[in-house]
Amino acid sequence: MYSVKEPDSGTPLRVHPDSVRLEIDGVSVEVPKGTSVMRAAVEAGVRVPKLCATDSLEAFGSCRLCVVQIDGRRGFPASCTTLVEPGMKVHTQSPAIAKLRRNTMELYISDHPLDCLTCPANGNCELQEMAGVVGLREVRYGYEGDNHLKAEKDESNPYFTFDPTKCIVCSRCVRACEEVQGTFALTVEGRGFGSKIAAGAGNFLSSECVSCGACVQACPTATLMEKSVIDAGQPDHSVVTTCAYCGVGCSFRAEMQGNEVVRMVPNKDGHANHGHSCVKGRFAWGYASHPDRLKLPMIRAKITDPWRSVSWEEAFAYAAGEIKRIQATYGRGSVGGITSSRCTNEETFLVQKLVRAAFGNNNVDTCARVCHSPTGYGLKTTLGESAGTQQFDSVMKADCIVVIGANPPEAHPVFASQMKRRLRQGARLIIIDPRATALVRSAHVEADYHLPLRPGTNVALINAIAHVVVTEGLAREDYIHQRCDVAEYEKWKAFVSLDRNSPEATEAVTGVPAADVRGAARLYGSAGNGAIYYGLGVTEHSQGSTMVMGIANLAMATGNIGRDGVGVNPLRGQNNVQGACDMGSFPHELPGYRHVSDGAVRGLFEGVWGVTLDPEPGLRIPNMFDAAHDGSFRALYVQGEDIVQSDPDTQHVTAAMEAMECVIVQDLFLNETAKYAHVFFPGSSFLEKDGTFTNAERRISRVRKVMPPLTGLADWEITVRFAQALGYSMHYDHPSQIMAEIASLTPTFTGVSYDKIDQLGSVQWPCNDAAPNGTPVMHIDRFIRGKGRFVVTEYVPTEERTSRRFPLLLTTGRILSQYNVGAQTRRTANVTWHDEDVLELHPHDAEQRGIQAGDRVRVESRQGDTTLHVEITERMQPGVVYTTFHHPESGANVVTTENSDWATNCPEYKVTAVQVSLAEAPSTWQRRFGEIEAVQAALVPAPGAK
Amino acid sequence: MNVPKLVKMANQIAAFFEGEPEPAAVLEGIASHLCRFWDPRMRRELLAAVDAGTADGLRPSVHDSLRAHRVRVAPRNGDKQLTEPDIPMAATGH
Ligand code: SF4
Ligand code: SF4
Ligand code: SF4
Ligand code: FES
Repeated sequence: MYSVKEPDSGTPLRVHPDSVRLEIDGVSVEVPKGTSVMRAAVEAGVRVPKLCATDSLEAFGSCRLCVVQIDGRRGFPASCTTLVEPGMKVHTQSPAIAKLRRNTMELYISDHPLDCLTCPANGNCELQEMAGVVGLREVRYGYEGDNHLKAEKDESNPYFTFDPTKCIVCSRCVRACEEVQGTFALTVEGRGFGSKIAAGAGNFLSSECVSCGACVQACPTATLMEKSVIDAGQPDHSVVTTCAYCGVGCSFRAEMQGNEVVRMVPNKDGHANHGHSCVKGRFAWGYASHPDRLKLPMIRAKITDPWRSVSWEEAFAYAAGEIKRIQATYGRGSVGGITSSRCTNEETFLVQKLVRAAFGNNNVDTCARVCHSPTGYGLKTTLGESAGTQQFDSVMKADCIVVIGANPPEAHPVFASQMKRRLRQGARLIIIDPRATALVRSAHVEADYHLPLRPGTNVALINAIAHVVVTEGLAREDYIHQRCDVAEYEKWKAFVSLDRNSPEATEAVTGVPAADVRGAARLYGSAGNGAIYYGLGVTEHSQGSTMVMGIANLAMATGNIGRDGVGVNPLRGQNNVQGACDMGSFPHELPGYRHVSDGAVRGLFEGVWGVTLDPEPGLRIPNMFDAAHDGSFRALYVQGEDIVQSDPDTQHVTAAMEAMECVIVQDLFLNETAKYAHVFFPGSSFLEKDGTFTNAERRISRVRKVMPPLTGLADWEITVRFAQALGYSMHYDHPSQIMAEIASLTPTFTGVSYDKIDQLGSVQWPCNDAAPNGTPVMHIDRFIRGKGRFVVTEYVPTEERTSRRFPLLLTTGRILSQYNVGAQTRRTANVTWHDEDVLELHPHDAEQRGIQAGDRVRVESRQGDTTLHVEITERMQPGVVYTTFHHPESGANVVTTENSDWATNCPEYKVTAVQVSLAEAPSTWQRRFGEIEAVQAALVPAPGAK
Repeated sequence: MNVPKLVKMANQIAAFFEGEPEPAAVLEGIASHLCRFWDPRMRRELLAAVDAGTADGLRPSVHDSLRAHRVRVAPRNGDKQLTEPDIPMAATGH
């Protein structure tokens, strides 16, 4: 339920080319064929009472409150399950109907506690409301009889309670878990009066429940209720904003009491999520008011000095003074900045502007460097634009879905729910992943093929798939000849046709049986609509960019780009990875992916920014570290990114940090990077500022300020003031003016404005004169680059090899409840599900080493070692181990290497040769980490201290 | 910058472009990638290592590419970025 009420049409919208005209209470309406009488009534301005129906779920017809009469039909059909027919005459009110509804209601209420005044849903309960609507005045059946009023509350979930005394067994929750979320965690147990809702055998926490909140949202009573509402009471207003966690970019209503968030509810009108959410966006927002947040800026001369809280003025003056001093001593190129994929487009744009205009160089990079930079390179080279080709809804038209190196149920949960819906409708599924991820087999979803390749062999496998497509005549020559560069195609075709690229030849490398590769290739190659979704398992390799191009080659060869239901879809990790890249965060590209060496483009920016821009590319993040080691890079301004925890080869990174003279960290918390910082600018959460995020489908959505910034300044204001202190003035009164500047300088954004977004709800770029309402599907008639370009993708094995000393391959990933470095989610009750990173190991590998579940083990690579507790699971293939990197003390990146993608330097997180052995105690690095942690904590002023 | 690392990165780039059947395209691909993505100090130091004969293990295709496209790969304005502290800046931006 929405506290700030939204209209509920009772049953889902139907789209049908034919429409039906009928009459409801004398009003004539026309609705699409397949619409329910209940929904048609809403169109006619009539709200039929209801309890078990809601428009996010298919009608079920159990409560019988929605009965109507229809001329020429006997009895009282339920309006939610009865479909409209031409000429139907429906009556929603009559004395007989009223009596029936009152009787129904009476039965419900006779088994319901009458504590409305103290109930957390008071004023926002459909049962209460319906009792009023049907005019219930007395309950003849006594409360002495059998009832459920003593049933016990389930409070196991940290965010919501289940109070069975209030349950009317409408099964909305059960259906929400099935239809909306796709988890099937809930059931109706028993029949008739004895029926009740059950979450598996035990309670919610021990069940399959992933805490998405869909059931809570669907519940018409206080049975399933957010604990935050129980604590705070009903909200008084709501503001539409966008989730600040993952790249799905769900739209939410922040439901507020004054300046306090009471709950976040997914927005039904949200174009990316259509009213659904996951545990992070829905519940894990408490970090925004966590006591660890610092309110005052701080400075210190050396990282061993205590921090000193100072005024904003002093912090800006100090930081600017240091930057100038360092540039005067070591040169203009000795400083740089890092923008954040977690900040808004406007904030990111300003940081890169500050670096280019006020630092006077192009040493700006973003955390996309370590995740999707190969996507930018690969898709730009082949298709002409550094972005995914589709909108999420396109998956509902896909016939064959290929998921490569991605784990949507964990990392992109709301999109995973949509994908599973399509799979339940019969779409076929191919999973390419070293691990048997949840999608391989889950409730009502089973992959047709799981190709469990050896980590690091993606390119060999994609070439083998392409080999089958080309040699078995599955290539769409007509499409290719019309839309692609044919000479390049012929070159590629000759290459993939070589015997060494056949599934039989590559089997020895990839470990995937040739027959499965052939089967999967035929399935994708002959599907009507084949859609590829991929994640960091594609990009974070030494051949990340090659693999992205391999995927684009395959999609072009099979004609699977340029319409609904197909495409090449990178699933972006963080909320604004796409946006950060669009905004010119890369050292070689100005906003809109235009190379800094292009004099005309530079001229455009120079005109508006009033400076001369450097025509040479700047340093990428790993290059910055290397340059810091050799002394030519001395100062760094990092906005909202924890490079020390997230970047590979931690010890190399921390040594680089120690070598710098001025590190400026702008963040919500004193993160790992801040331990090496000299200036700390306290940042603002997404609730405290205006701006926009761009999700994985290029959708630009508004982030709206629901409370004032805790520190007095929103992040964009901090950058503006810092620039001013550097002597470069920026003038903006509101982020909408920053967007106006972006639009004026970026051809794909010329039509974007806050007004446009407010009017449309969200908009997908390109949005310009050619596409004033945005572009859901790209490359429709032709590729952005003109002719699609096939690129020869030779498989080059990574230099990271297993050996006798390091016989296992470590790969890394994410988990649903935690987000990235965990700075936010670790400060919420999400730790209930994941309070430490563990190492997943195949039973065979465990047995060989005498390792049992729960043991502490040492994970050692050529780079370093750490210790983790073990989970033994058949999800892993023998020889491959896996961990997550959400907790800094785990030190996953102490183990990962400096290897990186050949084109973009994106780190090869997914392949590290390791040995695993039993360990007694934490590693030396972990012990040192603990010491540094203690020392640094002691250097922070106590809260409230000046 | 660490020369072995620069050599390794350059070799990786070369390994990709060596997939091109045309020899000239291989050299062009390597050089243009270095120009487009490598900060001037990285290019300068790779060239210096090549000149000094210390770029151990550098693939022949990189050597050939640097020879053929030396002028392009050598940073414009020499060392300007590192030696000139002055920040070109107008009094006001936007
Ligand atoms: S918990 Fe709520 S949604 Fe589920 S059956 Fe009970 S009343 Fe209906
Ligand atoms: S929170 Fe989500 S997963 Fe859990 S029971 Fe409810 S709908 Fe199912
Ligand atoms: S799926 Fe992503 S965007 Fe949506 S609520 Fe979850 S974390 Fe937020
Ligand atoms: S709303 Fe139609 S039967 Fe419940």
